[in-house]
Amino acid sequence: MSMINYASREINCKLVYYGPGLGGKTTNLEHVYNKVAPGAKGKMISLATETERTLFFDFLPVDLGTIRGFKTRFHLYTVPGQVYYNASRKLILKGVDGVVFVADSQVERMEANIEAMQNLYDNMAQHGYDLTRIPFVIQYNKRDLPNAAPVGDLQAALNPGWLVEEPARQRPAPDPYHEGEMLVSHQEEGWVERAAYFEAVAMTGDGVFDTLKAVSKLVLKTLG
Amino acid sequence: MSGASSWSLGEDDHHRIQGLLGGFLRESNARTALLVDRTGQMVATAGESPAFDATSFASLAAADFSANDQLARLIGEAEFGSLFHQGEKESMYLADIARRVILVVLFDNRTTLGLVKLRVKGTVGELSQLFIEMFSRQGGIAPRVEQDFLGDAEDEIDRLFGE
Repeated sequence: MSMINYASREINCKLVYYGPGLGGKTTNLEHVYNKVAPGAKGKMISLATETERTLFFDFLPVDLGTIRGFKTRFHLYTVPGQVYYNASRKLILKGVDGVVFVADSQVERMEANIEAMQNLYDNMAQHGYDLTRIPFVIQYNKRDLPNAAPVGDLQAALNPGWLVEEPARQRPAPDPYHEGEMLVSHQEEGWVERAAYFEAVAMTGDGVFDTLKAVSKLVLKTLG
Repeated sequence: MSGASSWSLGEDDHHRIQGLLGGFLRESNARTALLVDRTGQMVATAGESPAFDATSFASLAAADFSANDQLARLIGEAEFGSLFHQGEKESMYLADIARRVILVVLFDNRTTLGLVKLRVKGTVGELSQLFIEMFSRQGGIAPRVEQDFLGDAEDEIDRLFGE
């Protein structure tokens, strides 16, 4: 839920990083925190256990500065990856403007990825939100590991796409991030749209800002 | 409606909110009153300016309230309409406003919990009415920004997140 405060001339948008445990959600935020100019970021808050597993959420406000008279800010949140923290996962999704799903590319984590994706759809639906209609991007993290599954397999399992119902959007749309690939294309079952995806190594920061840039721009578009 | 419902706060609403919060602070002798929406964004502050990081405060206050909401349901209550956190010098009282906003009152030993609770009651009623009116007036119409804003914001994203 983006909030435009005309009195204090502020616009705040909420981005949530979702995904299986130990997939790199917190690492994404830490990289953003370490790289963004000091004046543009607030304090990073982590509600974590002693073993540094996210218990409730991590929170990082990032300031875009004043744009056309409006102080514009993104609030970045992660959810706990572990399934038994589902109650707190769901709470964080309240009022979300954009979602990044951080998948763990390792073959062994495929099941955990699928489970977390299903859980994301379910939790969004329980808030009355439709994941196919809000800004949503997928990040395939840990691409540097030798046991990383091919991107094609991850796409097939986690990003098979959804049917495009609106006639106005039933036309081919190329994927601006991958040459020769499509975001909206005509398949046997009709027009199908996929979420944009990014390959990343969050530990080194590869792909972290590409992902963040893409989802923030999608969120801004919903304001216009 | 695809995603979360967006809303906007205009000058008139802001003045009415400030009026109500100002009156409450005078009557209760509390230090600061903050309005935080349930998604963790600061909506308004009145009284002594907070010396802490208000953005972090808002996100944690919303999380605190949401977690307690779920605790209420587990024990068979629909909600906890208010919460109280007692410190040695500073204390906090939180109250629900129309299920969308949280009133957070910060107070010290210049007043008492009893007086704060007493005065909060009326203020919650008035604020609830104001917010219900405001939300129904907006009727789920998403607030919009100018096209120029979007262009500039995209440039800023490229600059800030460009590494």
